[in-house]
Amino acid sequence: MEHRSSIEIKTEWDIVAARQLGRNEAKSTGFGTVDQARITTAISELARNIYLYAGKGRIEIVPITVGVRVGLLITATDEGPGISDLQKVMTDGYTTSGGLGAGMPGVKRLMDDFRVETEVGVGTTITATKWLH
Amino acid sequence: MPQEAGRQYKQMLENYLHSKGEEALYLGQQFSRSFIEKNIAPEDVISIHKTSIEELIKDMPADVSVSFDFLIEMMIHYGLALKEHQSLIRKQEVIQTEMDIAVRVQSTLLQTTTPMLEGLDIGWISKPSKQMNGDYVYFLKETEQEVCLAVADIIGKGMSAAMHMSMVKFGMDSLRYEKRSPFEVLSFINKMVEQSIADSMFISMFYGKYDTENSVFRYSSAGHEPALFYRASEDSYSLLESKGLLLGVQAEAVYEERTVRLEENDFIAIMTDGVTETRTDKGFIEMDVIENLLHEVRLESAQAMVDYLFNELSKMQNYELHDDFTLVILKKTN
Repeated sequence: MEHRSSIEIKTEWDIVAARQLGRNEAKSTGFGTVDQARITTAISELARNIYLYAGKGRIEIVPITVGVRVGLLITATDEGPGISDLQKVMTDGYTTSGGLGAGMPGVKRLMDDFRVETEVGVGTTITATKWLH
Repeated sequence: MPQEAGRQYKQMLENYLHSKGEEALYLGQQFSRSFIEKNIAPEDVISIHKTSIEELIKDMPADVSVSFDFLIEMMIHYGLALKEHQSLIRKQEVIQTEMDIAVRVQSTLLQTTTPMLEGLDIGWISKPSKQMNGDYVYFLKETEQEVCLAVADIIGKGMSAAMHMSMVKFGMDSLRYEKRSPFEVLSFINKMVEQSIADSMFISMFYGKYDTENSVFRYSSAGHEPALFYRASEDSYSLLESKGLLLGVQAEAVYEERTVRLEENDFIAIMTDGVTETRTDKGFIEMDVIENLLHEVRLESAQAMVDYLFNELSKMQNYELHDDFTLVILKKTN
């Protein structure tokens, strides 16, 4: 059965809704408590970035199966300003030192696969997958 | 999560619950190292603890159990901070290695050999206060009887200073066969520096040329510390000053050139501000401190004089160099 669920991010409360959705999906996919917390934190960071920098966007959470592997795919999309210096944003210490949170390197660490597509003035799409080991 | 680590943790926790002793705590602390070695994140440690305690205490209140989930959530960011820290340390190691290589390359690029000339004794020292030296000593034996020398100090420190100094060296090398006067050399290097170095970086330089045939020392200065001249026959010191702007300030700057004739046992000490600005508890030292120290060893070889002054001034500031320290002594022997 095709299973899709997503949350529109417009207010700070939507971040909580995205977290809740992510945790539920992670739990039903079979992730343990710690991985549920990791996935939720990653979703939280992505949703927060949308809220802070793009104003609005969408978080989509989809369980996926590739061969024998089962996982959870998170897609964060926005039509915000885009990221002009991706390399800088992906550098350790860039956001955390300012106390802004785990930042993009943090999301990358929390998940197994991580990909960013961004264009200045057009928007950003981030996809991240966590596999059930 | 490694099952084995979880099993061992549970055993150690059980041991502690029974004994409540220091030994069990000590073993636990030792065991925590293996967690770090195995890259077990803080949130995983909480999870291991939760699982263990639930197995050890059968009737644990549900709220206590759930509270660990809250703690796991709290620890996720700590885990990330730890990973980031580890990755930054690895990066720092890479940078340090690069830096070490750069220091070696710098010293290879900038190395100069002390020329041997009939009638002139040369001694010198150049010690960086940090890894990279912002001071520079350059010798060029133009003919069998003529030697040129430059003492320079980059205003601005570290890596970029050192890189710029290489450019100055190759600039001077390019004049090798042209037999230019000191004022011409400074004016040439000044144009080069003005064109190619960042606005915020300046170089002071003392450039001299000594001719052993007539014992004349010609010199020019680009905003550098004056050299100290000792006249043996009068047993007195004077300063060798010469007007000129720092290199890199103004392309059309002109440099004055002066001369001094040396007699036997006369010497000239050319230095950077790392020498004159030696700091003691009472503040900067006066020039007469340097004069007196050199006077004590005026009959020694030029190198012995240089080494003596360096050791004495280091001692005065508790062997802590605040600035790069460079000193060259030229002494007429006969």
